[in-house]
Amino acid sequence: MKPYSAWNVFRNGLSRQKGWERAWRDPEPKTEYDVVIVGAGLHGLASAYYLAKNHGITNVAVLDKGWLGSGNAGRNTTIVRSNYMMPGNREFYEHSLKLWENLSHELNYNVMFSQRAHVSLLHSPAARDGAARRYNTMRLTGADGELWDLPTLKRKIPHLNYSADSRFPIIGATVQPRAGTARHDAVAWGYARGADQRGVDIIQNCEVTGVERTANQVTGLKTSRGIIRGRKVGFAVAGNTSRLWRMAELGKLPIESHKLQAFVSEPLKPLLDQVVVFGVGGAHFYISQSDKGGMVFGGDLDWYKSYAQRGNLPIVQDVAECATSILPCLGRVRLLRHWAGVMDMSMDGSAFLCKTPLSNLYLNAGWNYGGFKASPASGWYFADLIANDRPDPVILNHALSRFERGINIDERGAGPDPKLHG
Amino acid sequence: MLRIPCPFCGTRDHSEFSYGGDASVEYPALEAPAEAWLEAVFQRDNIDGVQLETWQHLHGCRMWIVVERDTRSHEIHSVRPAHEGLASALAQSADPVNES
Ligand SMILES: Cc1cc2nc3c(=O)[nH]c(=O)nc-3n(C[C@H](O)[C@H](O)[C@H](O)COP(=O)(O)OP(=O)(O)OC[C@H]3O[C@@H](n4cnc5c(N)ncnc54)[C@H](O)[C@@H]3O)c2cc1C
Ligand SMILES: [Zn+2]
Repeated sequence: MKPYSAWNVFRNGLSRQKGWERAWRDPEPKTEYDVVIVGAGLHGLASAYYLAKNHGITNVAVLDKGWLGSGNAGRNTTIVRSNYMMPGNREFYEHSLKLWENLSHELNYNVMFSQRAHVSLLHSPAARDGAARRYNTMRLTGADGELWDLPTLKRKIPHLNYSADSRFPIIGATVQPRAGTARHDAVAWGYARGADQRGVDIIQNCEVTGVERTANQVTGLKTSRGIIRGRKVGFAVAGNTSRLWRMAELGKLPIESHKLQAFVSEPLKPLLDQVVVFGVGGAHFYISQSDKGGMVFGGDLDWYKSYAQRGNLPIVQDVAECATSILPCLGRVRLLRHWAGVMDMSMDGSAFLCKTPLSNLYLNAGWNYGGFKASPASGWYFADLIANDRPDPVILNHALSRFERGINIDERGAGPDPKLHG
Repeated sequence: MLRIPCPFCGTRDHSEFSYGGDASVEYPALEAPAEAWLEAVFQRDNIDGVQLETWQHLHGCRMWIVVERDTRSHEIHSVRPAHEGLASALAQSADPVNES
């Protein structure tokens, strides 16, 4: 496989673009692999990539019921940040952000990672104190964080609604300058290409429909393309985790599937240089501008459990209200499209990267709506977990057993109600 | 929009309601062992299909109801008051909507 380079772009320009090879193969599944990962989203693909790259395990298959990246990988609003506070989470997300910073080079694929800063608006002194505590804690782990006072914020983003009689007047912001956005499809394609180059088989249109097991082991996966066996098996199926868990007859999980919508407006000239977050008094809203000019935004979940990948109208109204209350200049902008993805919401809002009751089955799930930014580190630590059969100290508490041990990792302090995390 | 037939108010948009959660969960007695509480508070079937769930008619009669709904299609199969006493009182009244 030839690397992508400016020279290759030039050379192919001279030969009518006929010299490009396909980015990854489309192999027939073998009947047996060292590792089989179910789910070719970002987490499954990144895991396969790091299994090959970091651990030299290349006899690996990644199975997906659709095309790779057809799930949440290609549906998110692409925000990448590491402003987490809880022990375990903050080391994990900061490691992820460091991987993001070199990802385009690592994959030889432009993932368009743009560190444009993540700006969370503040509306009360109490919120500012809470945020200062969070950002100081983050800085102890080596992440970056700043407090912007009102004059600074007005200078950086002049067109927010600073009116003193707005319902929630803006008094400043907490900012993570190294945070930003990336092109989600490119991340999936880059990991897929990198894994494929190292020998990983990516098997698309291959739905897992059953799990064969003994008392303590997975022995095979029934798929729409025949039985596929893995000496080790990993589940990375996001909102479909409970389905797979039931196929393996493992009972219940601390996870509920909820849907989250995203929205894109018609393209505009450059308007917003940062990711802006508005969250106060029940409002929850985040917005950025894509390279094509569309305003990309989202808000809360649809509030009721769902496996349907389609959203409902009250949230459309909600996000429109939030948008016009902080950026009134968007009032006449038209919505181009919106869609939904099925989220694996966990009981404390944090993920699971862990072993399971079956000795050769590993679980990667519970990403809530924060799994895009997590994908490099998720793949990194999941590959390490599978290869070495023990969790890295960073993910020690990202286990299913944390609830029985009373060490929930609840960033929001919202309690055991999956729809309240995000 | 989901349209939920409230047993007291009639059919209304779901934006009038607030979602509770899994109605199949039964909370154990206070002195039950920790495992029983772990199960009730944290563990979910997360059914892909017809499930029981609670909603509250927050912007209406404020009654808690149990809804049988398909989590794949969002189709609603049945609705009843969560409170047994209310359920039987409503069942006895011929025209619940006009009852004061
Ligand atoms: C609208 C929206 C906005 C979001 N915004 C952000 C954001 O701004 N920042 C952020 O960090 N995160 C965000 N997220 C969350 C993030 O997208 C997810 O947490 C993350 O993509 C989940 O991991 P994944 O990519 O591996 O999942 P997916 O891409 O969903 O991968 C799972 C794969 O498993 C496959 N699968 C399922 N069942 C089977 C089966 N039986 N057999 C075979 N294959 C199967 C699916 O087809 C799918 O491709 C957002 C999500 C949504 C929906
Ligand atoms: Zn009612």
